[in-house]
Amino acid sequence: MIEFRGVTKQYPDGTVAVGGVDLIVPPRTTTVLVGTSGSGKTTLLRMINRMVDPSQGAVLIDGTDVATVDPVRLRRSIGYVMQNSGLLPHRTVLDNVMTVPLLNGTRRQSARARAMELLETVGLDASLAQKYPAQLSGGQQQRVGVARGLAADPNILLMDEPFGAVDPLVRQELQQELRRLQRELGKTVVFVTHDIDEAFLLGDQVVLLRTGGKVVQSGTPAEFLASPADDFVSGFVGADRGRRRLRLEEVDGQRVVVDEDGRPAGVLEP
Amino acid sequence: MNLFAEAIAWLFGPDNWAGPSGITARLLQHLVVSAVVLVIAAVIALPVGGVIGHTGRGKQLAVMVSGGLRALPTLGVLTLFGLWLGIGLRAPVLALVILAIPPLLAGAYAGFESVDRRTIDAARAMGMRETQIVGKVELPIGLPIVVGGIRSAALQVIATAMLAAYLADVGLGRFIFEGLKTRDYAQMLGASLLVILLALVVDGAFALVQRLVTPTGVRLARSARTGGEPARKRTPARRTITEGNPV
Repeated sequence: MIEFRGVTKQYPDGTVAVGGVDLIVPPRTTTVLVGTSGSGKTTLLRMINRMVDPSQGAVLIDGTDVATVDPVRLRRSIGYVMQNSGLLPHRTVLDNVMTVPLLNGTRRQSARARAMELLETVGLDASLAQKYPAQLSGGQQQRVGVARGLAADPNILLMDEPFGAVDPLVRQELQQELRRLQRELGKTVVFVTHDIDEAFLLGDQVVLLRTGGKVVQSGTPAEFLASPADDFVSGFVGADRGRRRLRLEEVDGQRVVVDEDGRPAGVLEP
Repeated sequence: MNLFAEAIAWLFGPDNWAGPSGITARLLQHLVVSAVVLVIAAVIALPVGGVIGHTGRGKQLAVMVSGGLRALPTLGVLTLFGLWLGIGLRAPVLALVILAIPPLLAGAYAGFESVDRRTIDAARAMGMRETQIVGKVELPIGLPIVVGGIRSAALQVIATAMLAAYLADVGLGRFIFEGLKTRDYAQMLGASLLVILLALVVDGAFALVQRLVTPTGVRLARSARTGGEPARKRTPARRTITEGNPV
């Protein structure tokens, strides 16, 4: 379990990135931090592995204040996947995936075996192991990034807009893969995105932040739709534009779900 | 054309190569002086440049200092140091070190700076220590540019080490100063050709080193970015640092 207690981040120039966040991330679930740029979602994420230290408040992992843990040791125990994969360009795919286990002192042979296994887990062909990042497509690079994040078998996986830079089709594919992985692995995933659809698709818990790093609402996707806290929330989730307001229509004896403008969204199963 | 032929004849005259003041001895002296200068300058400039490139701090100062050093006329500096330190190798070595520092410094910080900040951020987030980030990420990726700085410095030092003979009985420059006195223009031209050749050979050697230290993945990334040729073909690693603000 990850717990934010009254966490604030203020920079020397006075900018407040995170403004007093209290939040609990339950174990073995996916929590999505969503918000516009400047809402402090990435800052909040990076406080978990001490890439950013809060100016006030504390972040606790299983009851331990992370401020008391050596940042290097902490980071090696937490998986991190970033936008643009962040792969080391001078190392092969295999070496990239092996990085953290080797830093942890795992023997080369077992690190290698584990890395090969992980490549398969994330749906990459073994023949890619000796390629360099520059030889892969954007989607493949992100898969390697996920494999690398999982390599040391961390309990926590931090994902900072990991699918932000790939094209929509590949993004959908990666989102589905992540759901499958999460079902298999059951990690505590904290995921940052500015895409509310992605948040609703992946999140067990969704946390909506707004400029100044304040939590506007948190809850399950269904709760967001059923009872948006205010106009900002309805605007963000699209409830006000009728995109989420669906109704039934009868077409050729089938019950078709349409949105407010009458555009079909799908067919209702009997 | 006659002078040129005479210079070639001087170069190939076996008598000119032998003895303590022959071409062989002078050539070796020239190389040793250049190497000593490069090592001293590298010990000073590379760590400083590395720290600047790693931290991103002090870059303005480095640009100013190397710009200032670059503006100094080496002959003037040499005369000044000669008056201070007297006859011998100390003054020319010092003057040449000052000449070599700017390109080394620029190469070092440009090399470290050339590494994508996101790559460094990812390395840190994975749990690399700062020393590991330097050793396993910044250095291997930036090394070709650092070597480019060394290459540029080596070229300048070898060419300018002719001036060592101004104050010491050392190096290929002796032939120039001697020839000037005795009006032996063939010898002067011959020695000049030799230095040019030496500089080209050393430059070529460093070009090779630069290519060897370019990691395959980095080369691939570069040619992918420029949308260019397949990576097997020749590397675009020929990169020399001559200006204060490269890349």
